[in-house]
Order: sequence, then structure tokens, then C-alpha cells
Amino acid sequence: MFTAIIAITLLALTFGLLLGFAAIYFKVEGDPIVEQIDKLLPQTQCGQCSFAGCRPYAEAIANGEVDINRCPPGGEATIEALANLLEVEVKPLDDECGVEAPKTLAVIDEDRCIGCTLCIQACPVDAILGAAKQMHTVFADECTGCELCVEPCPVDCIDMVETKLNPNTWRWPDPSHIDLQTGGQI
Amino acid sequence: MTQALGSFPGGLKLAGQKKRSTQTPIRKMPLSKTLVLPLQQHIGESAVAIVKVGDKVLKGQKIATANGHVSVCLHAPSSGIISAVGDHPIPHPSGLSAPCISIDTDGEDHWVERNMAEDFSDLTAHELRQRIREAGIVGLGGAGFPSFIKLNPGVHHHVETLILNGVECEPYITCDDMLMRERAQGIMDGIEVMQQALHVNNCVIAIEDNKPEAISSMELALASREKLKDTKVVVIPTRYPAGSEKQLIQTITGKQVPTRGLTLDIGIVLHNVGTAYAVGRAIKHGEPLISRIVTVTGKDVKHAGNFETLFGTPIHELLSFCDTKRKAGEPFIQGGPMMGYNLAGDKLPVTKTANCILVGVDDATQAAKPLPCIRCGDCATVCPVSLLPQQLYWHSRSKDLEKTSEYNLFDCIECGCCSYVCPSQIPLVQYFRFAKTETMNQEQERQKSDLARIRHDNRQERQERERIEKEEKQRQRKAALAASKAAKEKKEAEAAESQSESQEKQ
Amino acid sequence: MPLFRLSPPFLSGTSRVTLHMVQLLLALVPALIALVFFFGAGVLVNITFAIIVALITEALMLKLRDRPLKPFLTDGSALVTAVLFAMAIPPLAPWWLTVVGIVFAIVFAKHLFGGLGYNPFNPAMIAYVLLLLSFPLEMTTWLPATGVADNSLDFLSAFQLIFTGELANGVSVDAFSGATPLDAMKTQIRLSELPSTIANQPLFGVFGGIGWEWINVWFAVGGLFLIYRGVISWHIPVAMISALLIISSITFFLAPESTASPLFHLLSGGTMIGAFFIATDPVTAATTVKGRLVFGAGVGLLTYIIRVWGGYPDGIAFAVILMNMLAPLIDYYTQPKVYGSGLVK
Repeated sequence: MFTAIIAITLLALTFGLLLGFAAIYFKVEGDPIVEQIDKLLPQTQCGQCSFAGCRPYAEAIANGEVDINRCPPGGEATIEALANLLEVEVKPLDDECGVEAPKTLAVIDEDRCIGCTLCIQACPVDAILGAAKQMHTVFADECTGCELCVEPCPVDCIDMVETKLNPNTWRWPDPSHIDLQTGGQI
Repeated sequence: MTQALGSFPGGLKLAGQKKRSTQTPIRKMPLSKTLVLPLQQHIGESAVAIVKVGDKVLKGQKIATANGHVSVCLHAPSSGIISAVGDHPIPHPSGLSAPCISIDTDGEDHWVERNMAEDFSDLTAHELRQRIREAGIVGLGGAGFPSFIKLNPGVHHHVETLILNGVECEPYITCDDMLMRERAQGIMDGIEVMQQALHVNNCVIAIEDNKPEAISSMELALASREKLKDTKVVVIPTRYPAGSEKQLIQTITGKQVPTRGLTLDIGIVLHNVGTAYAVGRAIKHGEPLISRIVTVTGKDVKHAGNFETLFGTPIHELLSFCDTKRKAGEPFIQGGPMMGYNLAGDKLPVTKTANCILVGVDDATQAAKPLPCIRCGDCATVCPVSLLPQQLYWHSRSKDLEKTSEYNLFDCIECGCCSYVCPSQIPLVQYFRFAKTETMNQEQERQKSDLARIRHDNRQERQERERIEKEEKQRQRKAALAASKAAKEKKEAEAAESQSESQEKQ
Repeated sequence: MPLFRLSPPFLSGTSRVTLHMVQLLLALVPALIALVFFFGAGVLVNITFAIIVALITEALMLKLRDRPLKPFLTDGSALVTAVLFAMAIPPLAPWWLTVVGIVFAIVFAKHLFGGLGYNPFNPAMIAYVLLLLSFPLEMTTWLPATGVADNSLDFLSAFQLIFTGELANGVSVDAFSGATPLDAMKTQIRLSELPSTIANQPLFGVFGGIGWEWINVWFAVGGLFLIYRGVISWHIPVAMISALLIISSITFFLAPESTASPLFHLLSGGTMIGAFFIATDPVTAATTVKGRLVFGAGVGLLTYIIRVWGGYPDGIAFAVILMNMLAPLIDYYTQPKVYGSGLVK
């Protein structure tokens, strides 16, 4: 019996050493988890998640303080991607943060703009061009649709406009919506 | 006639269905009352309109100019007055509208002044390319890539072979066949121009063996051309999709185009015979691209055939000219039965890339409810690019876009061979198209969000910097204030001291 | 104009799942006739019963999973599972053996993985293996073939025997049963008998066992029909038979006194049915062309190893299941070279 105990103990020690060695020698340097989470967020910097931008939200998720379903601009796709990354359950979007809506861009009505620069200060990605008493305008390419500029405007001249679909931006529909099992039509 | 050097794997033997539309010669389609011309009938940037409503235009007059490098001009197909410049439904699978120019024709077909060059041998390659660009010529095989770009070898590449694509492998389509039968001399003109632009002599005209009349016609025309004595006709076995650019190159030369590379990387340039014809007309006769041969065929078409049609002609006029039994609003196919797409609106105009209108496919696939994939592997057997459509299907279905890219999704030419053989009748090509647009969309979104992150970080940095500068300034001001205060006090103290000293002296 | 697909291509070939299954069943007919000729009508009883059980189970599972009956019940896959299973088990196997096997195959090996196209293992073979491990006695009780012993069991007697376990005159199955040629060859070689001596026993015919050699030949004929019709491709059968032939020839050459001849291996037991009908099941086999060759060779090799050095007389079922496990890995490593890949720009 003693030989059995000794044999098993020796084996355990050997394999333990091997595993430890492998854990150190073959360790894979990966992105810290905060970076990975931040990469999946849409970078709208809108604050609808109740954090001051996407990075703080990523940090909060990494610390386990909040849930993954607080990002309306990211929508279902982002929640699924986060669930995949962190290996947790997919949840529906938290209603109190907002609803998933089609992408919109801010457009300043130049007739009404008074050049107060309040919107410029509010934009988290500096997508508004202008200066005091000069015309303000939004770079359409840079606007993330976060809507943070709409509130500060004293004359309410900023509208959120939906991007129109044209043949160049049109995408083929998802054919797996033909439920193969029930044989519905495309 | 010489032999092909290679062949491509997979492919299908399909029933040609060509006889229906080759019984009559090419006929000219009568002039329509209204012509609607989309500003984008090519790959690249859309053209920009240079006319406005009410302008009078002549046949062949430029009405839209190229915008950027990958772009071509647009010309009025007939004389008349511009009636509208704005959105109009276009022949696109989405059914959406795009900017178009509409012309009300006056019936006179009055030509603009044309810049002809009977003998173009004194024109430089650059001049030839410019004229071809100005003529608005794009690839007429169906893709619509601006042709002048494919006639520019650039400084890094050397062209060894020019291949003319007269293969036309898709069933039903016969426009290239008829063009080769009836207008071979015109095609030869175009080939001479192309050879001059590319500085190449070695040229191959590839034709499938199911077109004996076209083969003899082209060989006859070739024999009469001194300049083209190094050009030869190569007959290749009929197999779909032999006419696809990459597969044709593999058949003729045995070489493969590198992934993400150009045909120029292996010294080859490939053009459709219809494009060559258009190039010949443009240089020799000064005619811009304003019409093309369109095959109208199918089970429901009574007088099928090939028609020289001006761009902008409404498709329903073509269909009634051929006596088509079709209810209004019923879908028809633009293109062939393997790669075309179906459209429902017949007010749509004929564009530069419309090679065939198909109404009524024989033995058409019913909208079958697909069964699950039984992993039979037939799709991989017929794929001409040697992909694994099955794996692409599984991963596209589960939206695992990384895996689809790993399995070379973007090398798929969407020929449809895999869908054709699938025993479960799964619409494989649809899955691949979906995965492709989703991947491109995701990539765009990722780039946008990366940019947004960078801008946000920069802004944080800027604000931080400003805050520090502000603090620094404040500190300096405080220090300056304190210093001046101290200096002032010192001065007062000194003054008081000297005063008391002088008082003491007295 | 009929409503046609909304996306190209608008043409399709004639290949259909149901058609594949029907042709497969047709290809089994010659071998079935041979089986009935040599082993009596028991196999017909089993087949009929298995089909009924399979269809009922399939319908039940489809209802439980909320799937429509129409395309799935009629696609023929449950039918094929039932028929192959019934042809693999002994002709006089009791009825409850069939029920347990078929229900397990349809419920566990097929539907719990997702139904048609989603199962990683061949359902008929899973059922066969389950029964072999759980009821070894009933699964190895084979009738001797006609020509070896007097065997005049007609349909009714067979029916009675299968469903009640006894014949009319009270005679039980023990009076009939005996070892199969594969079984006999294996046990007697282990007892150091010479294969040539063994082959002279009345159980053995010209190449394999009496009856078995003919059955294998007809399975092969059916299989060649399937290849001709394009239902299966030649890669797996050819690879499997070649592998089996090569390894048995090598061992026969090196040690003729203690190994059976290659032809014996090819024409005994489930070799041909395995090569043409079981290993070629598209859902569970490898899918790439090179992968199929590897898969087939693996099945052939494993079959030989199990037959000679393993604990069972025939190794087809185990070999197929083991290779099913490896199929995804084989697919991954045998991808064809995509057009244009690996070329320098």
C-alpha cells in the first residue's frame, strides 16, 4: 500500500511541476480584458450607459460592476459579441438605457445657428467645426450619432437625421431567416 | 486555331438554350420617346451631370462627366431635351432609386460632331486611353469596369498577352455570339486599338466550341488583318463558368491570378469582345458608348433575338417589341439564369451592363423549401475556385464572419455552381453574398469606431493639456503677483529705512 | 409563370435528397435477395418491422421538436437507417432488439443532435454498437447459411420466432444458431489452427463463408450502381477496400499460417456493405476529396485491426464510428488549394 501512495504522490508532483512549467513558459500575452471589451463597443461616447464614454464602461464591465446590456447604439450585435468574449449569457438591451434605433447623424440648421460653441464643447469626438460667432457645422463622416450636442444648443437648431439607404449602402438580406426547419419563404 | 494550355476544376455542363435567340440577325430597336440614364452604370464613382432640365442635347453629346479616377462619362444616346435630373428607380436587386438624367427624344437622332480617326496608328497609347475614357466605355461583359484603366499597364507591369473573351458561357445569352458572327471586322478594329494601347502583339481570342459560326467568322476577319498576324483564335470546351475572367486565364494559359491580385500581375489583360467593338467604334468612328446588343430570350418571349438598344430604353418596350407574354409587375431576369438578378419593375431602363433580359426560364427552380445540409460535398466538387462552399455555408449561417474569411469567402466568384448541384436546394450563393456585405459593413463600422476612439482620446488629451496650461498660467500669475508684492514691500521697507537714516543724520 | 427563387441561380440540377435515398434503397435490393436466399425470410420481417418503428419514432420526434412532418418524414433518411440496421443485425434477432436499436438511433443518434444533417455519428452503427455491447448473446446468434444446415424457415415461422422467441413446435433458436465465418476464423486461429484447415470446414465457401461471399458481392454490385448514378463518390469505397486489401495482404505475406487471406477479409462480414453503404453516409463522413480517401483508408485499417487483434469478430461498426469522430479534423487538414492562393503578387 505504501508503494502505491508513494507512487501516486510522485506522479502528482511530477505532473504538477510540468503544468506549472507550461503555465509560465508557454504563457500567451494577450490583450488585457478592458482593451478587448473596448474594441467591441461602438465608440459613440454618448453616455447612454450612464458612464462618461465607452472606455469607462469597458472598465466597469471588466471589474464586474455592471452588466453587458447597457449600450443602445451597439445594440444586440454588441451584446452578443460581449457575451461571446466574456462567456456569459446574452441578455436583452436594458430598457432604462435606451432603445436600439437606426443610425442617425446630427445636422445643424445653418439658418438658426447663432455661433455659441456650446455644441462644439459637448461633442465627444470633436466632430463639429466652428468658432465663436462663426458658423458651426457637423462633419458627417465623424459624427457618431450620440446626440450629446442636441441638448446644449440654446436655439434647438440641431436635428438627428436618418441616413438614407442607397444602392451603394444596401446589403443583401439574411437568408437564414428562411427557417430551414419550418420551410418558410425568403 | 490553337489549343488551350490548361483547364479549371469543377464547373458544370449546362444546356445552352442559345438556339432560340440566334435564329435572326441583330435588329435595331426603335427609338423610345423617353430615355432614362442612371449616372452610375459602372464600377467606381458615379458620374456628375453637366446638363440641367430644359437643355437641348445632340446624339452622342456628353451629359455627365467622370468623377475621380475610377469613373467614366455618360452621353446622350439620342438628340432631344433634358426632361429631368433626379432620382429614378434603377435596375438593381435592391429596387432602390438613384440619380438619373431623363431625355425626351425629338426623333431626329441628330449626331454631335464626331472626332474620327480612320488611321489611329499615330495616336499615343495615352491619347487612345483618354479617348476611350471620354467615350464612356466600360466592360460590356456584365461587370462594367472602366475599360481605359484596364488598358493601362502602368510602370510596374508588362503585358505579355491580351485575351479577348468571346466565351459567353452562361445559358441563354447570345449577344457576344451574334456580335462575333456579324461584326467581326469591328471587333478587329478594337483589338488593334487595344494592342496599340498596351504595346502588346500576342493576343488570343477565346471562343467556346458551341459557337462554330462565330469561330469561322472571327478567323475569316483575322485573316484579312496584317497588323493582327500574331493574334489567334483559341477554341475551349464548353463548360460553365469558362467565361469568368480568372477561370478563362487558367484555361488559356494554365496560370492562376494571385489572390487579391490583378491579371496584370501575371502579364495578362482580358477584355470582352463587345468592349473591343465599342473601343473600335470610339476611336475609328468617334462614337461614344450609347448603345449595346441586348439578348431578349426565354420561354415566354415569342420573337427572341438580339437587339441593338440605346441606353435608357425602358425594358418594357423591349419586351413588347419581342412579343412577350408577361403580366405587368411579374419579375424577369436581367442577366443569365446563373448570375443574373430578378427585377419586377419594367419601367426600368437598359444600362451599360444589361447583356440579357430573360423572361421564362425553362425548368426553373421552384422556390423550394431547402432541407438541411447533408454534407454530401458535391458543392466542393463543382467549385471552379476550389473553395469549400459547405464550410462557408455553415459559418455564414452562424454569422461567424472571421471563419468565412479564413475559408476565402472573398475569392468566391458567385457563379452559382454550388447552388445548382445542392441536393437539399440550399441557396448557397445568397448566403455568401450576405456574408460578404456583412463583413464589408463590419469592417467599415470597425474603421469608423476606431477613428471615433482616436478622436475621443485626442480630445481628452487636448482638454487635459488645456487644463494643465491653464493651471500653469495661474500658477505663474500667482507667483508673479507674489513676487511683485514682495518687491513692493521690500521697496517700501527700504524707503522707510533710508528715511529714518536721514532723519537720524539731521 | 411559376413563382421562382428570389435569388440566382435560377436553374438547378436534378440532385435531390429523397432521390438519393430512394436509389440507395434500390441498390440494396440484390443483396437483400441474397440474404433472404441464404438466411431465410427473417431479414424481411426485421426490415418491415424496423421501418415501421423508425417512421413512428421519427414522426414522434418531429412533433416533439415542433418541426413539420412533410419534408422530413418523406426525405427517406429514417428509412435508410432502418433498412441498413435491419440488414446488419442477425435475421432472427428478437423484436425488442430492433425496437431498442431503432429508437436509440433515431432519438439519440439523430434528433438530439439536431436531426437530418446534424448528427456526427452514423445512427445505424450507433444502434448496432449499443446492442452489441448490451446484448452480446442475441447479437451474435447467427443462423448458419443455407447450404450449411437445413434451414427452411419461411416468413411466418420467422415472424413467430422473432416475436415470440419460439417456433410452433416449441423448438428454440439454439437449435439453429452457430458461429459466423468471421467468428469461426478468429477463434480458431487463436486456437492455433491453420487458416487453410479452417477454410476447408463446411462453413466456408470458395472465398469467404458460404452465403456471405455472395452477399458481399451483391452489396458491391449495388455500390457500383450508386457510384455510377452519382449518389456516392468512389473515394471512400476504393480507399477502404484498398486499405483492407493492402494490410491483409502484407500480414498474409508475412505470416500465412496465422492470418486469413485478403480475399476472405474482403468478402466476409460487413466489408462491402460497410464500404459502399455505411462509411459513405455523407452526413458523417469526411467531405473534402482528399479527406474522403483518408477516411476510407482509416475505416479499412481499423476494421482489420479490430477483426484480428480486437475483441469482436467484425469491426466495421466500431471503425466507422471512430472515423466519424475524426471526420472534422480530417476535413480541416485536407482543404483543397484555393485558386490563386500561395502565389506571389
